[in-house]
Amino acid sequence: MLAQSSEAATRHDMNITVNGEVYSVRIPSRRTLLDLLRDELHLTGAKKVCDMGHCGACTVLRDGVPILSCLTLAIASDGESITTVEGLAGPDGELSPLQQAFIDCDGLQCGFCTPGQLMSATALLAENSAPTEEEIRHYMAGNLCRCGAYKGIVEAIQQAAGSEQ
Amino acid sequence: MVKVVKTRVEIEGEVHEETVVVEQDEPKAWEAGREFGIVGKPLNRVDGRERVTGAAKYTYDIHPAGLLYAAVLRSPHPHARVTRLDTSRAEKLPGVRAVLSRANALDISWHSGVSKLFGDEVRFAGEEIAAVAADDLDTARDAIKLIEVEYELLPFVTDLEEAAKPGAPLVHPEGNILKDDDDREGEVYTRGDIDKGFKSADVIVERTYRTPTAMQNSFETHGAVAMWEGDELTIWESTQSVFGVRGRVASVLKMPVSKVRVISEYMGGGFGSKGGTSKYSIIAALFSKATGRPVKLMLDRREENLLAGNRGATVQKLRIGAKRDGTLTAIDLEALYGIGAYGTWTAVVSGPAQELYKCANVRSNTLGVRVNLGTHSAFRAPGYVEGIFALESAVDELCDKLGKDPVEFRRKNHADKDQAADSRYTSKHLLACYDKVLELAGIEDALPAKQSLAGEGHWRRGVGIASQTWGGGGGPPAHALVRINPDGTVEVMSGTQDIGTGTKTALSQIVAEELGVHIESVQFRLGDTQKGPYAPASWGSMTMPSVGPAVRGAAADARQQLLEIASYFMEVPTKNLHIADGAITIEGRQESSRTIKELLSEIGEYMITGKGFRGPNPTQPIRTWGAQIAEVEVNVETGEVRVVRVVAVHDVGRVINPKGLSSQFYGGILQGMGFGLTEERIVDERTGIVLNANLQDYKIPTIADVPEMLVQGLDVPDTEANHIGSKGAGEPPIIPTAAAIANAIYNAVGVRVEEIPVTRRRMLEALRTIDDGRWTMDDRR
Repeated sequence: MLAQSSEAATRHDMNITVNGEVYSVRIPSRRTLLDLLRDELHLTGAKKVCDMGHCGACTVLRDGVPILSCLTLAIASDGESITTVEGLAGPDGELSPLQQAFIDCDGLQCGFCTPGQLMSATALLAENSAPTEEEIRHYMAGNLCRCGAYKGIVEAIQQAAGSEQ
Repeated sequence: MVKVVKTRVEIEGEVHEETVVVEQDEPKAWEAGREFGIVGKPLNRVDGRERVTGAAKYTYDIHPAGLLYAAVLRSPHPHARVTRLDTSRAEKLPGVRAVLSRANALDISWHSGVSKLFGDEVRFAGEEIAAVAADDLDTARDAIKLIEVEYELLPFVTDLEEAAKPGAPLVHPEGNILKDDDDREGEVYTRGDIDKGFKSADVIVERTYRTPTAMQNSFETHGAVAMWEGDELTIWESTQSVFGVRGRVASVLKMPVSKVRVISEYMGGGFGSKGGTSKYSIIAALFSKATGRPVKLMLDRREENLLAGNRGATVQKLRIGAKRDGTLTAIDLEALYGIGAYGTWTAVVSGPAQELYKCANVRSNTLGVRVNLGTHSAFRAPGYVEGIFALESAVDELCDKLGKDPVEFRRKNHADKDQAADSRYTSKHLLACYDKVLELAGIEDALPAKQSLAGEGHWRRGVGIASQTWGGGGGPPAHALVRINPDGTVEVMSGTQDIGTGTKTALSQIVAEELGVHIESVQFRLGDTQKGPYAPASWGSMTMPSVGPAVRGAAADARQQLLEIASYFMEVPTKNLHIADGAITIEGRQESSRTIKELLSEIGEYMITGKGFRGPNPTQPIRTWGAQIAEVEVNVETGEVRVVRVVAVHDVGRVINPKGLSSQFYGGILQGMGFGLTEERIVDERTGIVLNANLQDYKIPTIADVPEMLVQGLDVPDTEANHIGSKGAGEPPIIPTAAAIANAIYNAVGVRVEEIPVTRRRMLEALRTIDDGRWTMDDRR
């Protein structure tokens, strides 16, 4: 479908692993990772909120490290392994402790920033299994929430950290 | 047999008369003190799993096969006439499927006839000039850049006070001050004799307060996906009102409403601005019609900030007077309210001045003022957030001058009735809110005296209080259906929305409670005009008090039918039957218990359908109340203000889900904190351009800014307001926060900041006005 676009001359073949599945795609060089995930792989969990790296809603993990997929060119992830919110639950759909904690602590309202919050929080707990409240606030400060679910988000991360110890 | 009655419904400070069809008897009100199994419990969201797994599909995520993407060319000028427009280069770009502009779009009138879908004259930087649909968004944006436009620049004005002056550049030919249908300017209200009121006052406070234009920044931007199938149009839209969009789209496109379906199953945040129907839906629909393919048009973040609605700025000249004993004698408010380029209404900034306190002499006038900037919209308690900031700041100062405790003053001037309507309220527990908020804040009697709290280093501590009034009574029309399937599962259908407030969960609790089933067996279908009967827009804190009674009514109707069916098979009168946990039991005979599924299996594929509606309102006004206490620290060296703690108690009637209610309170407090301390649209007045139309420079609170928050719903049912006893809760918690913070700042440092947000610059400028020898500039090293 993109063959007619003005970018036709500068398309690239790439492979990308997302949530364990390998995808081979042909993309224009300016395609962001976020647009690749959402518009071509139809993994719409990662959200486009600011598209400028200000809000954190597009956060995904690249080899376990949180990145802003709206500021990452898709081609820069050639051969890399990406985890999105769709990849957090277990094979039978069992929620990760963090996902369950977000529900239990009502760490969300409209839910639009939630995928990004979950990915940052997943990375936080991977780096630091028992963060203090101060460390949580510091680590999560790049993930904005307009509904103001922050209190529940802090509590959810604390609950999930506690349950994994 | 139905009957038709008239009733009054208040939405965001404006009272409307509604004609309501009463379909059947309504259930009796749940009495005060009733024990519930499911209502009142802090249950998790019923759609939590969808929201934490990425499974929830928002409008932005809708991707029908063959989807095209649209982008819009917008005016870079705040006021201009389009003299030449050439889209030919854009049309030739490979991948472009259609271009719309004034040259080829339907002649669709917009903004109440002042403009068109693509007008010749544009009145703010961001107004639509042309649009492109293409195979991908990058191509659509490339094409936008190829459209050639020449503009004749026209004089413009962006400052509210400048725009209100005689001789200011005209935003509209008719003038910059909004006129009503009778050609009158302003919304004038008077009660008593204002001059007499001030003559009898011993102390008068007179100040000019300024509040900013606040931008909503819903995280899901406004937008729509439109798709034609034959002569039927489906629109997915990030909206607070699926039926509102359906009606407007049908009307603009001259279609029967039956051919338009609007879906908003998951919605990424709405704080008032998603209540209308905007050009993007029509543009997407026109593109889809022209190309035969689905078309997505979502605003980007900059567009969201430029044109998707905002809380209009205010300038409020407020004068209040009281006797030495603390009796309030007069309130006089003269307000300007910015409505942007195309606003058609004025937020009720004067509401608090008229209603919050007992006062015999009140005068208010609010002028809606046009400026060459994006049009305002409702934003969570429009008018009241702004009006409360001014009034409660002035009251705080008055208390200080009188030497009265702010709570004592508020108790003394408590309004026992609605003075404008000369009627008692259905319920008012504001005094209990004061008691409870003091208790939760650990304050035994009076608030600490000004500058009495110890701070460390350059930090000073202070405590402030502010109160809140707001409607939130809801009203008809609102409808629901409850279906009991042969397998005992329950489906609730209502054309309401869950915009993130948790209404789906709370409404499901009401149905489960009334039917006597587990909440897991209830599936709630909302946000789709084809899946349920009419329900109102999710605004005005009206979903719970409007749709709540409707779903309960539908559940009660279904329950009665179920009992009658059970009565036949179980061979006892319905009055001897009892439904609980999804099973029907003959009273006193536990062994008789049969599940709903077992019972309905007797009659094959029969489905029970219960019908419910929201009945008329009582004649007395229904209002919500509340009080918040804020504790802050002010750094007198840097001007930084930290909110340490906010305690909030609100009278919102019966609490259906305390967990969801607390979330509403936390969110309201944080948005109120942003309004008070960091959020303001900044405009370059020489160019008319918004400088901070993004989430970096427009500063909403972050997780690092969150204060300690103690919140509580008073949980006293209002059995007169409606039969579930709940009032709305979405808007009340944002209302008093900025005022409580401003009062806490005053308490900390003894200086008032009359303009919010209290940025460090404003705080330092205010501190400089103190000339008591303590904090002069020289001492600040």
